[in-house]
Amino acid sequence: MIEVRNLHKAFGAVKAVDGVSFTARDGEITGLLGPNGAGKTTTLRMLYTLMTPDRGQVLVDGIDAAVDPLGVRRQLGVLPDARGLYKRLTARENIDYFARLHGLPEDLLKSRRDALIEALEMGDIADRRTEGFSQGQRVKTAIARALVHDPRNVILDEPTNGLDVMATRALRQFMARLKGEGRCVLFSSHIMQEVAALCDRIVVIAHGRVVADESPDALRAQTGESNLEDAFVKIIGSDEGLAA
Amino acid sequence: MNTVPTKLQRSRAFLTVFLKEVKENLRDRRTLISAFLTGPLLGPVVFAMVINVTLNRELDKAEKPLPVPVIGAEYAPNLIDALKAGGVVPGAPVADPEKAVRKRDADVVLRIASDYGAAWRKGEPVQVELIYDSSQSDANTPVERVTHLVEGYARQQGAMRLVARGLSPSTAWPLQVAKRDQATPQSRAVLMFAMLPYFFVITILTGGMYLAIDLTAGERERQSLEPLFANPVARWKILCGKLAAICAFSTTSLLITVVGFAVVGRFIPAEKLGMELDLGLHFGGSALLLMLPLVLLFAALQSMVAAFAKSYREAQTYLSLLMLVPIIPSLLLVVMPIKAQAWMYAIPLLGQNLGIMQLLRGDGVTAEQIGLCLTGSLAAALVAVLVTIQLYRSERLAISA
Repeated sequence: MIEVRNLHKAFGAVKAVDGVSFTARDGEITGLLGPNGAGKTTTLRMLYTLMTPDRGQVLVDGIDAAVDPLGVRRQLGVLPDARGLYKRLTARENIDYFARLHGLPEDLLKSRRDALIEALEMGDIADRRTEGFSQGQRVKTAIARALVHDPRNVILDEPTNGLDVMATRALRQFMARLKGEGRCVLFSSHIMQEVAALCDRIVVIAHGRVVADESPDALRAQTGESNLEDAFVKIIGSDEGLAA
Repeated sequence: MNTVPTKLQRSRAFLTVFLKEVKENLRDRRTLISAFLTGPLLGPVVFAMVINVTLNRELDKAEKPLPVPVIGAEYAPNLIDALKAGGVVPGAPVADPEKAVRKRDADVVLRIASDYGAAWRKGEPVQVELIYDSSQSDANTPVERVTHLVEGYARQQGAMRLVARGLSPSTAWPLQVAKRDQATPQSRAVLMFAMLPYFFVITILTGGMYLAIDLTAGERERQSLEPLFANPVARWKILCGKLAAICAFSTTSLLITVVGFAVVGRFIPAEKLGMELDLGLHFGGSALLLMLPLVLLFAALQSMVAAFAKSYREAQTYLSLLMLVPIIPSLLLVVMPIKAQAWMYAIPLLGQNLGIMQLLRGDGVTAEQIGLCLTGSLAAALVAVLVTIQLYRSERLAISA
């Protein structure tokens, strides 16, 4: 479970995150929805302790990020906005590297890695160097290395960015599977349909603030719009930065 | 679901980072060539070539017949004979000796005035002119040779005149200077090898350069630093693993270059100039020991500089500039030779410079000097590592875009 309480983060005069609070529960998919530049990535970066909040608290499975950042990172599997792989290493070596950094013993590492390679259907590329991988192959590898330590909480920053239709579908199925395994899945997106199709809970962020935190149905009821996209536009007050 | 790794297993992080960086960079041809081939071997090869050319030229000049255009040779046949005996080949007179010298048509021109014969017979002092250009370093040896011969002839003739008048030649030279050169064959070699420490330093820098760039600026540019930092490993551990990888590469470079110099040293005909050159096992081992703290110092400095750069290219530019810094102590010692004080050994680069020069002179370094050198450089290296660790803590470091 990920709990975020009143997070603030400013870069100079720009208030990127200005009082964000929400809770992402186990066995649910929580969507962080908002236009580009709303503060989604900055919020997530504070969750996986890459950045320190100016104010506010982050709790992951009850561990305070300010007190024990390493403990928090141990509970998280993270697919950051930056998905850089090591291009002179094979996909398998990329995954192994992160598994070892998590301190997985070699036998467990092997079984976890092979299970993920199978689940993500990347057996054909596992032993190729990642230089020249397609966007989809890169994301698969990045996800596999993020999940190799079997984290209870999974954070995905715009996971479907740049993926084609087939890859997107496969990724959505994979996220549903993570949820089915009882994990807490938190992902950000600026794509309406994606969030609507997947999420148990939608946290809408605009201008660094949470403007709605509901289930998709409640969101429709609250705004009086039957169409989720219209509801979204109504909530954030404009359709700027919104991709259909 | 959640595997809880034990403390023991997590301490592998340092080793994991180190091994991964070494493996990844061993797969990069450009890094390999620069760290293990061009970087370490260029020094010894260029060095041997330059030294050989210089030595051979010096040797040639000292023994070869020396052609000197002479104006007015007919007025002083005896002087000309004396010069001939000294290996000078008198040449045809040139019309404009000043111009000939400036244009390097001749190293030196001898001009004998037309009243030479008359003055000589009267026993009056006469003048011969040597026209040369001291800014042409090539000309120095010939000018010295001719001067020496002319003065020798003058002294000999003077002595004969005194004897003819019944006086002892020593009346005219009440004082004689006896030169006692204390240079050993090895210490004479030192002047030529003043740049040797710089070659070692440069090798360390080139050996680690591509890694230092790749491990910070490069990693950030291809956006892999952020996922890396999302792992439950303290950043300073990651940095230490990376520094160790840089050190491994630059130490290997240094080792290759020391061996290279040992091999090349055998082909330098230093003994022909009465010099002795020992670049063998003892020298190599001691030089390596003195250089080791610099390996860590430079790894930290290079990482620090590369961490400031926004891109791979920018880091490359900065690090190339960093290469010019260590030339300073070498140049300083060449331009103004100083008497080494004990404290100087504690200064990184300067200490290594002094130590290596002393090894070359064959004087050996004392345990105290080695101790000072190692302690001083190691302290500087630790400071650099701590500053880099501090830099690694910054939030902005990991953010690529």
